[in-house]
Amino acid sequence: MRALLRRAPLAASTLVVASAVAVAACSSSGSATPSSSSSSSGSGSSTAKTGLKIFVIPKNLGNPYFTTADSKGTGGALAAISALGDSGTETSGTAATSASQIPAIQAAITKGANALVVSATDPTALCPTLNGAIKRKIPVVTYDSDAPSCRSLFINQASTSAIGTSEVDLLAKQIGDSGEIGIVSAAASATNQNAWIGYMKTELAKYPKIKLVATVYGNDDPATATQVTQGLLEQYPNLKGIISPTTVGILAAAGVLDSAKYRGKVMLTGLGTPDSMKKYVSDGTVKAFELWNPANLGYLAGYAAADIAGGTLKVTQGATFTAGKLGQFTIGADNTVLLGPPTVFDSANINNFNF
Amino acid sequence: MRWETGLVVVVIAIAIMGSSLSPQFLTANNFFNLGLNNGEIAIMALPMALIIISGEIDLSVESTLGMSSAVLGVLWADHWPMLAIFVVVAVVGALAGAINGLLVTRVGLPSLAVTIGTLALYRGIALILLGPRTVANFPTIYTNVGIVAIPHTDLPYSIGIFIVLAVIFAIVLHATPFGRSIYAMGDNAEAAMFAGLRVKRIKTTLFIVSGVASALAGVLFTFRLNTAVQDNGTGLSLDVVAIVLLAGVSIFGGKGSIGGVFLAVLAFAGLQNALLLTNFNQEATGLVTGGLLLVSVFVPNAAMFVRSIRRAVTRMTRRMPSEPALSMPRKDT
Repeated sequence: MRALLRRAPLAASTLVVASAVAVAACSSSGSATPSSSSSSSGSGSSTAKTGLKIFVIPKNLGNPYFTTADSKGTGGALAAISALGDSGTETSGTAATSASQIPAIQAAITKGANALVVSATDPTALCPTLNGAIKRKIPVVTYDSDAPSCRSLFINQASTSAIGTSEVDLLAKQIGDSGEIGIVSAAASATNQNAWIGYMKTELAKYPKIKLVATVYGNDDPATATQVTQGLLEQYPNLKGIISPTTVGILAAAGVLDSAKYRGKVMLTGLGTPDSMKKYVSDGTVKAFELWNPANLGYLAGYAAADIAGGTLKVTQGATFTAGKLGQFTIGADNTVLLGPPTVFDSANINNFNF
Repeated sequence: MRWETGLVVVVIAIAIMGSSLSPQFLTANNFFNLGLNNGEIAIMALPMALIIISGEIDLSVESTLGMSSAVLGVLWADHWPMLAIFVVVAVVGALAGAINGLLVTRVGLPSLAVTIGTLALYRGIALILLGPRTVANFPTIYTNVGIVAIPHTDLPYSIGIFIVLAVIFAIVLHATPFGRSIYAMGDNAEAAMFAGLRVKRIKTTLFIVSGVASALAGVLFTFRLNTAVQDNGTGLSLDVVAIVLLAGVSIFGGKGSIGGVFLAVLAFAGLQNALLLTNFNQEATGLVTGGLLLVSVFVPNAAMFVRSIRRAVTRMTRRMPSEPALSMPRKDT
């Protein structure tokens, strides 16, 4: 027994080394980057540098919204990057917090990134890290959630006011312009969530009989979002409607409302992906919700990042560029590019979409 | 072979692996980042080691960090002078630790249950204090503490603080009667009490130290991210416990060293960093941290485990032949 005890640390070290080797084996498949010069750039610029390393860093991994926005298979950011002859990698932390996202950004810079595509978990916390990248001439393109003071370009999925106001209008129509409503948001610090909620409050002034009773935070975690939705319903038994401007939140809320007790009595709208919400639209739990196409958002962000890093796009107000299948875009005020208006999904059109 | 010797081997193995997989691993800049991302966890690991050696645990550290961060944010937004805020935050941390300690020692509740309770409670206070607010306008001289190196070195301030604290903790634990009594009560709390050690007072002190260290970590965390938000630090308690167990501190108390904690911080930070620098699937880092935790709990107890299996097997085989009487003598204990 004593011998076993004495050898214990050695056994532990063997295990760690073994796992290290396993890591090495995993990594070799992803890091091979052929830096061929065969550019398939659609923007008509033959001088674009190719073979660049571009890192796509969503708020967190394992989030279906970002998987759609980033993946090659869905026509997202990585599809645009590889179409331009560059090599894209998706990386991030596993929790949607700045403390978890920052190490991934630092690692991307350390690995020699030529451009970063980032959805900011926090508008200011990432700045020291992102400014470090900009100082090294690495362009930073934010998408989905902005970090206004430390990026080169922001790809805006839809104008903030349009999303905030249209969701209130959608819900008002469903509840007959009166009653108590609640909001199921993501993280309390999320830039985009708070901006939308701000416009919702402004828009609510047009509906004097609708009362916003509470805003709860599901932290983009299905379990937490389910819990806070249940809490909201218990605390406000007269609740008529819920707005959840986050794909994780609306899905969790729909799951809670999908019962005889609530179906048809508490309305739900917000931002959701058609695939995940099809079930709830077909059984009548949800009448209508909206979203931009996240794959197009990712594609545009990836395209712009590759163009800037490749030297074919200078970030100045009024500059135009063609982003492959999406057509032409113009850089607006504050170095922002607008993707377009959100799409409303209901039982009539939801089956035409697959993401 | 001592556990710490094994850890040295592990740290060297990680350094070799990291540098062979990525040319950037052994660079000053990467070490700086690595230290920056782990400084707060490392600081909280020191009192956690003492608490676990004494036979208790403190799972509330991440929420004490979050609550301190919230207090810092709220008071700064209310235009308090920073030095006064530091005093308040330290008191808040000490109070948080004192509540844990008193519930454990005076009321006699198990620390696992108490600190799971305060894990939720302190986070709840942070949420009430800050709500959806984010306080982010901290002055540069403070936020610099979280993002620049100590002059003439490549060490972040949080790691500098950790090193100084580690020396102090090592002296207290390994060279004072106070430290020896921590081991004694972890080995056998009752025997320690009968031997005249003030078990309750010492354990309460350890929880208070843990609270203050978590509050310090909360301040560093807030300055590093220039953000006070209610969910700061969520999930860190597990990392802290993982480091302490990897350090060779026995989860049953009575065993462990600060040298081990120091090496475990290196191993933990190095491994996580190596996983980031290689294109390892980041979704699987939880497997590595969790696996590491299990291995470090299992290996020191492997001998005991094997012994108990053998005992169970012999008992079964002995009973098999003739269903012996209850009075059969047992020699195996």
